[in-house]
Amino acid sequence: MSLLDSSFWEIIKASFAPDIWFRLAPAILETLYMTALSSFIMLVFGLFLGILLTITNPVGLLPMKIIYAVSDWLINCLRSLPQVIMIILMIPVARLIFGKSYGTNACIIAISATCIPMYARMVEGSLLEISKGKIEAAKSVGSTNFQIIFRILLPETLPSLIRGFTVAVITIISMTALAGLFGAGGIGDIAVRFGYQRFQHDVMFASVYVLTAFVQLIQWLGNFISKQILKKRNLI
Amino acid sequence: MTNIKDKLLDRSNVDEYIKISGLYKTFQTKDCSLQVLKGIDLTVRKGEIFGIIGFSGAGKSTLIRCINRLEEPDSGSIKIGGVDILKLSKKELLEKRKKIGMIFQTFNLFEAKNVYRNIAYPLEISGVSKSEIKNRVLKTAELVGLSDKLKAYPGGLSGGQKQRVGIARALITKPDVLLCDEATSALDPKTTLQILDLLKDINKSTGITILMITHELDAIRYSCERMAVLEDAQIIEVGRVRDIFNNPLSRTGSLFARVYTEFQQIPELENGAGI
Repeated sequence: MSLLDSSFWEIIKASFAPDIWFRLAPAILETLYMTALSSFIMLVFGLFLGILLTITNPVGLLPMKIIYAVSDWLINCLRSLPQVIMIILMIPVARLIFGKSYGTNACIIAISATCIPMYARMVEGSLLEISKGKIEAAKSVGSTNFQIIFRILLPETLPSLIRGFTVAVITIISMTALAGLFGAGGIGDIAVRFGYQRFQHDVMFASVYVLTAFVQLIQWLGNFISKQILKKRNLI
Repeated sequence: MTNIKDKLLDRSNVDEYIKISGLYKTFQTKDCSLQVLKGIDLTVRKGEIFGIIGFSGAGKSTLIRCINRLEEPDSGSIKIGGVDILKLSKKELLEKRKKIGMIFQTFNLFEAKNVYRNIAYPLEISGVSKSEIKNRVLKTAELVGLSDKLKAYPGGLSGGQKQRVGIARALITKPDVLLCDEATSALDPKTTLQILDLLKDINKSTGITILMITHELDAIRYSCERMAVLEDAQIIEVGRVRDIFNNPLSRTGSLFARVYTEFQQIPELENGAGI
């Protein structure tokens, strides 16, 4: 059903038809899979890079000029590439690793390459928020740098890290939709193939509902968790 | 001038528990260098409460931070019980820091941990067993009067309670020295008195050497036996608190008297101007 021959209201009604949702179901699973795996990869590497940036910073725990300069430069380079270009750039890399340049796994590489540096910057921002005094207090009782990072720095900034992660996961969802254009599958793929190429706007509407619900749910969850932590700590 | 200064410098120390000599520190920025410690010599007796007073920017914060090497001095030596802190390796320093407690003006508690875990933290990182930790945390919490607040988070405590947590955290490793960096400057007068009383009690019962820096004259007068005055990165006077306050030659006296009299001059308001 298309907006060309039907009214807006008719399409909304049609978008709840069971056959549309049967078609959408596997795509939803694909999107969930891509989002979850990319988010996990982003979390691990983003945290690592963010911590690296924070401690090797000239005023950080363990200043290391060269490592800081190189990772700072690298992150800026990766972040200056728009998502579409990153997806195209990563096609040969995906082919190298998975043997094919399309599919959900292949697009996870491009999504990670875009989102890891973004989340690393968010982590850096969160970690730099911690007051110098807390670090001094931890040092004054004889903490090693490792103990300061894992027992003080990360727990103290947890609410802020969670909020950053929420924003980053939402970016991943929007990027999976974009990757649908390049054969990644998922909801984006359905929206493009049916909504754009075949004018089946009812299908597109259905995919919009799903994406909206995902984003709302994740944002709500992120806010809720970080708020609960702040409440427990008596900070709000 | 040098004569008076020599006379005022108390060189009759019998017990040189903490001995700081020839301490220099310069902060380098891109276009200027600022000398914050210019050859500090200081001795503190074991078991005393020693006060260092000075106005903001005199270098007292840097001085106290050099003692546990949160700040690295350029040259000089700091000996505690004969051990030169500045010659310790990184690993030795971490162990030594467990024997030098420190409390802060802004308390610097860990907001992610409740009171119990704040106090327990120094032991947790030292690999002490859980039952031993519990034992000592409960004892220390009782000492500072926080037994009923162990489950609370720092965010829900008052300033005085926060500083008590800070003190407990600093004392849990049974240190020989307690450094107080403006420990009462963020508290109201009544709480200040309570915290100073607590520090005096702890000093009496454990024999811990307390070194406090502050800009509050009253805090020093109330709790210290001896004091030093820091001005422009140098110690201009050392001696017994009583002597310094009673000595008309004392530069400190004139210094603080000047500020005091300035405070006393209430500006006359002209027809309610400024209200």
